[in-house]
Amino acid sequence: MSHEWRTFVPRLEQLARDLGLDFHPVEFEAVPDSFMMEIAVYGLPVRMPHWSFGVRYIYQLIQRHMGHSRLFEVVFPGNPGHAYLSAGNGLAENVLVSAHVLGHADFSRNNLLFQRCQGQVSERIVEHAAQHARQIQQAIETHGIGRVEAALDAALALEQHIDVDQPLRRAPYPQYLEPAKALADDAFRRRFAALDPASPAAGAPAPLRAPLPPHPERDLLWFMAEYAPEMESWERDVFLAVREESFYFYPVFATQIMNEGWASYWHARLLREADFIPQQAYLDAIRCHSEVVRPVAADEQVALSVNPYHLGFSLWEHIVARRGLDAAFAIRTEDDDFAFIRNHLTRDLVEELGLFRYRARDGRATVLESDLDALHEAILAPKYHFGAPAMVVRRTRPDGTLELGHDHRLAGRGLDLDRSRKVLEYVQRLWRRPVRLVTVDEHGAELELSVP
Amino acid sequence: MNASAGGESPFSAAKWYELFSRGARDWLRHDAKVRDAVRRHLPELIRSGEIISGGARTVRVPVKLLEHYRFRLRRGAEQQSVGQGAAKPGDVFVDPTHRVAPPGKGPGGEEEGEVQLLLELKVEDMVEWLWEEMRLPNLTPRAGPSQDTEWTREGWDRRGARSRLDRRRSFKELVKRRAAPGAVQSFTDDDLRFRQLSQRRRPALRAVVFFLLDVSGSMSERDRQLAKSFFFWTVQGLRRQYRMLETVFVAHTTEAWEFTESEFFQVSGTGGTVASKGFGKVSELIAERFATQQYNVYVYYASDGDNAASDTAAARAALGTLVPETCFCGYVEVAAGMSRRQETETGRLFDERALAGGAVERCVLGGFEDIWAALRTFFAAQERAAEDA
Repeated sequence: MSHEWRTFVPRLEQLARDLGLDFHPVEFEAVPDSFMMEIAVYGLPVRMPHWSFGVRYIYQLIQRHMGHSRLFEVVFPGNPGHAYLSAGNGLAENVLVSAHVLGHADFSRNNLLFQRCQGQVSERIVEHAAQHARQIQQAIETHGIGRVEAALDAALALEQHIDVDQPLRRAPYPQYLEPAKALADDAFRRRFAALDPASPAAGAPAPLRAPLPPHPERDLLWFMAEYAPEMESWERDVFLAVREESFYFYPVFATQIMNEGWASYWHARLLREADFIPQQAYLDAIRCHSEVVRPVAADEQVALSVNPYHLGFSLWEHIVARRGLDAAFAIRTEDDDFAFIRNHLTRDLVEELGLFRYRARDGRATVLESDLDALHEAILAPKYHFGAPAMVVRRTRPDGTLELGHDHRLAGRGLDLDRSRKVLEYVQRLWRRPVRLVTVDEHGAELELSVP
Repeated sequence: MNASAGGESPFSAAKWYELFSRGARDWLRHDAKVRDAVRRHLPELIRSGEIISGGARTVRVPVKLLEHYRFRLRRGAEQQSVGQGAAKPGDVFVDPTHRVAPPGKGPGGEEEGEVQLLLELKVEDMVEWLWEEMRLPNLTPRAGPSQDTEWTREGWDRRGARSRLDRRRSFKELVKRRAAPGAVQSFTDDDLRFRQLSQRRRPALRAVVFFLLDVSGSMSERDRQLAKSFFFWTVQGLRRQYRMLETVFVAHTTEAWEFTESEFFQVSGTGGTVASKGFGKVSELIAERFATQQYNVYVYYASDGDNAASDTAAARAALGTLVPETCFCGYVEVAAGMSRRQETETGRLFDERALAGGAVERCVLGGFEDIWAALRTFFAAQERAAEDA
């Protein structure tokens, strides 16, 4: 294994700083492929044990054996950031990857969504996750694998159902409704009161207990942890641990196109401007770049999916060319994928990239008329609500029944009933009272699932 | 290179992540869960009788990977999505709907490709599970008068074969001896302790099972399959109790023959049913090879119950001699498609023996789903018979 690439890292960092990138220090580590694969499966270098990761692991192994996937790097934003590089990478690949990592590091330090979430979760998520893993291991020793697994089954199934618009550490709801505003004591009020002397002029009404939740609640993990009637404190901790990790994952998910595009733009640019890289390494690196950042597989004309690396890369190139680097820096700070696609994927660019919308039915994909807004929405549709259906806690009933609701209006269809029932079973085992769910059937009529 | 930059020295100890694989650990947990699930559904899984293969010690069960469920949208009849390349509106492409998306990509992976897992289960384990699951009684083996001898470990001695050196024990001796003032610090020959063996006598737990099958023309293929499944699980159940279990296969029509196991299930005969020939053959074989005194003899007879009317008296007599020679006699009436207990010629013969106080039980097998009930009946009856004895 060659470490030659390491000698280029400080110079790449200097070059990046000169060009205006602004990042926390990054610790690079070359690790074996098997470990890279595990990081990709778990999303974090050390994460809580759960059998579902084992299933992903096997899928990943199969993929690797079939030669489908190849991981070059994984980056964990933070201060310092951690970057793991595959020990199997060659010199050119590692130079490229280091430059790529610097792009990510700049993005995650400056993007507002990242900043907000990191401000909540702290910049040391890698250590936190390891701490959670330890906690859960201890819980397994104390309470047995069965009970801990039940808690994790439920918590991880609800992983995406958080509300990033609320702080990570939320105060509980107020117990009582706010009292009605005291009425102004003006001339009209006095005359009005005089109309019926019998009406009680004063005397504060008894405060009204607030319903639970006072408004539909999107953060199912928090709600469970805070209000489940009979959960033990360690079970609540499991929910909160999963929730904290989800807060960390959210910005990575919601800025994937921007972030990968930004890193790709910068690795290309840094390599182009780095005169200290040997000619051959540069050529190899650029070849590698064009394999990663390409719209369709080499032997095909049309792809029925979009490569986020390519899309993001093209968008950034376009923005820098038309509006300059400063505008690009501002956009990387302010946008997430939703804004990025809607604001900057223009009609010209769509034509240049050959993007099209299609309708898939019975194994046949029919290309549709071009429509910019619809195209934006088709790209963004899988990104709403952390990629999950929009679920809320509607209310709790006096007997403790938990009532969940599904907002089908945006997606236009109801939930997969078999799976939903299974999730309700997971949830019910922790909520320990009946659980209900309202969604719609294939005709749009309301439908209720209940467990037990 | 600068060692402090990466700490990547060839002399550094193995990195923590090289010491174990979390992915493999969680995969093993998944595996254990699958086994549990298979175990819970075992009675249904093996109902089909397909997995029974002669002599195999393991059975392969294809299972799907478990899915960790999440809320997901119903799959609509059509999806809109975005592609890239040279395409005009109206172009039609083949859509690989069953795309295998890498499920590792953070939360919300796509449809996962179907991957099947071949689970290899040990027949013994399955039998254990089944007995637990079906709450089948454990047999108390009947001890014959003959004795087996076996070697067991018993006690320690200062002399012995090197291979039986008990290190822990020897070390304790050393520690004890060193506690005394002025003792020699190192091991001496006196510290060494060797495990000893001694011979124990234990009652012989030998059994022989006779499977008697009616292969007359009236037995259908399905009847035979049923009988075969039943016999298979009976053997498994008896094996749990007897270390030495021999099986003898006898088929009869109007005559009776002994077969090897593999031939046995292939046999098909024509002609009528004369049960007395079968019973007679079994009695004969017992006398010839298995002195009742040394073996626990079990007889299972599977037939559709249509014994020739002319044979009734002879069959009654033959059964009368056979039953006292055995620990237990079971009669399964295979009546594919019928689970109602019907009065048949042979059934009546067995009822008579039961009334006379013999260790006899009968049962009707209408389909594969009745096998468990039948096994339970038989094993419970044997347990009773063993207690009475």
